[in-house]
Amino acid sequence: MSILINKETKVITQGITGKTGMFHTSKCREYANGANCFVAGVNPKKAGEEFEGVPIYASVKEAKEAQGATVSVIYVPPAGAAAAIWEACEADLDLVICITEGIPVRDMLVVRNKMKQKVANGGKETLLLGPNCPGLITPDEIKIGIMPGHIHRKGRIGVVSRSGTLTYEAVAQLTEIGLGQSSAVGIGGDPINGLKHIDVMKMFNDDPDTDAVIMIGEIGGPDEAEAAQWCKANMKKPVVGFIAGVTAPAGKRMGHAGALISGGADTADAKLAIMEECGFTVTRDPSEMGKLLKGLL
Amino acid sequence: MKIHEYQAKEILRKFGVVTPKGVACFSVDEAVKAAEQLGGSIWVVKAQIHAGGRGKGGGVKIAKSLHEVQARAGEILGMQLVTHQTGPEGQLVRRLLIEEGADIKKEYYVAALTDRATQKVAMMASSEGGMDIEEVAHKTPEKIIKVFVDPLVGLTDAQATELARGIGVPEGSMAQAVDTFRKLYTCYMETDASLAEINPLILEGNGNIKALDAKFNFDSNALYRHPEIVAYRDLDEEDPDELEASKFDLAYISLDGNIGCLVNGAGLAMATMDTIKLFGAEPANFLDVGGGATTEKVTEAFKIMLKNPKVKGILVNIFGGIMRCDTIAEGVVAAAREVKLSVPLVVRMKGTNEEIGKKILADSGLPIISADTMAEAATKIVAAVK
Repeated sequence: MSILINKETKVITQGITGKTGMFHTSKCREYANGANCFVAGVNPKKAGEEFEGVPIYASVKEAKEAQGATVSVIYVPPAGAAAAIWEACEADLDLVICITEGIPVRDMLVVRNKMKQKVANGGKETLLLGPNCPGLITPDEIKIGIMPGHIHRKGRIGVVSRSGTLTYEAVAQLTEIGLGQSSAVGIGGDPINGLKHIDVMKMFNDDPDTDAVIMIGEIGGPDEAEAAQWCKANMKKPVVGFIAGVTAPAGKRMGHAGALISGGADTADAKLAIMEECGFTVTRDPSEMGKLLKGLL
Repeated sequence: MKIHEYQAKEILRKFGVVTPKGVACFSVDEAVKAAEQLGGSIWVVKAQIHAGGRGKGGGVKIAKSLHEVQARAGEILGMQLVTHQTGPEGQLVRRLLIEEGADIKKEYYVAALTDRATQKVAMMASSEGGMDIEEVAHKTPEKIIKVFVDPLVGLTDAQATELARGIGVPEGSMAQAVDTFRKLYTCYMETDASLAEINPLILEGNGNIKALDAKFNFDSNALYRHPEIVAYRDLDEEDPDELEASKFDLAYISLDGNIGCLVNGAGLAMATMDTIKLFGAEPANFLDVGGGATTEKVTEAFKIMLKNPKVKGILVNIFGGIMRCDTIAEGVVAAAREVKLSVPLVVRMKGTNEEIGKKILADSGLPIISADTMAEAATKIVAAVK
């Protein structure tokens, strides 16, 4: 078991004909069961063609109907990415993973509110992961996104993070000490996104094949604190927590669009304190995330 | 992206928000001419820099004659204006705004910004205008009224009225206040702002509502569709090293420490800075080289870090994913040779082709110190600079 995706998942790639889309579709197809999972691509101008044997359709809806896919991954450039997310929602997919970095915040605000309105009106809920994220992986089954597959190992630890390379760091530490991962999820570095720490923590809590979780956050926004509060009351599994940006100055955007201290509550120190208070095993040394987690098992 | 007050007011006027009449000036002569042209008997001479707190720092002065306009403009133009946002060295004043005086009866605060928790636009207003809003939020949070606007609906009359009543706008000026709030919201959305703040918004003796000062930030991801806002960019107000780095697609921010760091990925870059601090030193910068750390980018990154005279050592921390460690090692070696690196360099590489990468570093003949973990790398660089 795992969360969100497994070896049976059928995936559509939106933006399959761009440079990034082609490169990563190829890598994802090479990983584990990927060749059977990545079943369709979308590009309205190239419908009827194919990429490495994957058929290309004019729309997500057509791709879904033809191939029975339930998940899509988006590599569409920023100006068209929010529209691509909405297209996946209108096609009633289960999950859409948006890798694209640099989408205007207003576009995300509008599409997130459209998604919520659709559900409020009785429509099917499509989950969104990202944008500006590395994607997610269930080791030895399927990887959807841009993470290096070979550092992962199948196992029972969940990883969730806003940062791509910090996720890889945690995963590599776990793999090195012999602990595999159930799923590793990058929720992305943008201020307006889909699944948040709290949502992923709930899934790991419910997953019988996850024993413990590493939760990684960074400065900016209320998400880590919200997740920690939820965990305090509900989480049945041990959690190791790390927050990047103790040394980040206030008011400066640290690479990620969402990594910006804007008040007293969203500093790294404030988040670390809340996580500790909520029962996480918190560290200020990112080198020991894996080791600390092993100590909790 | 930030802009000047006079530019913010130009934008507000475009959206129908009333502001005092004013003229932007680059010299004392222009300032006097502007005052003449504006007419009246009282003017405000305002320093235009991107930092806030200009009044307290002596960058905003009243003048009651053309002679005084000339004197105040002469004092402010060219001064190093120090505010709580500029740092102790201050910011050189190169532009002025000469504005007509206003008859201030009451000062309010109003702003639009994106609320991450609700994923809506927050419109905030307060009766405590003209003050630092964070201080108001801290000391008297009940004096801040907030409404959350669904971008699919827009700011409703009911919400705008709630704000206006909540801050005590008199009945006779209610319609103007509501209208101003709606225009501010429209302006926020249509310009892709990340902050649109009017502080103070004033009530004049005659009951009119006016924006006396304004501040905007814009979403850099959306600038591609706003050439009119990009045209407002003032490079003199930006950190020259950060500007240089952005030309090479490097995310760079100067800090106060003495250990330069070069990392791939924003989260890992922050974590590397934190580790340096944890092991007893301070980082000199944040630097994310991104996914495609080519030799050219790494070389430019080294050059930018080494421009900072405080840098006594460099820590490179790379997680090789899609980008292989051997490629990065070659980049680091080439860059270190090109800049004739003379400070200690610790390299920590992890991930794809790690062993080949380490061998390239070891065989280079350069005094590169290798490390396996972030903690080890930080310990080694801290020891090397002491």
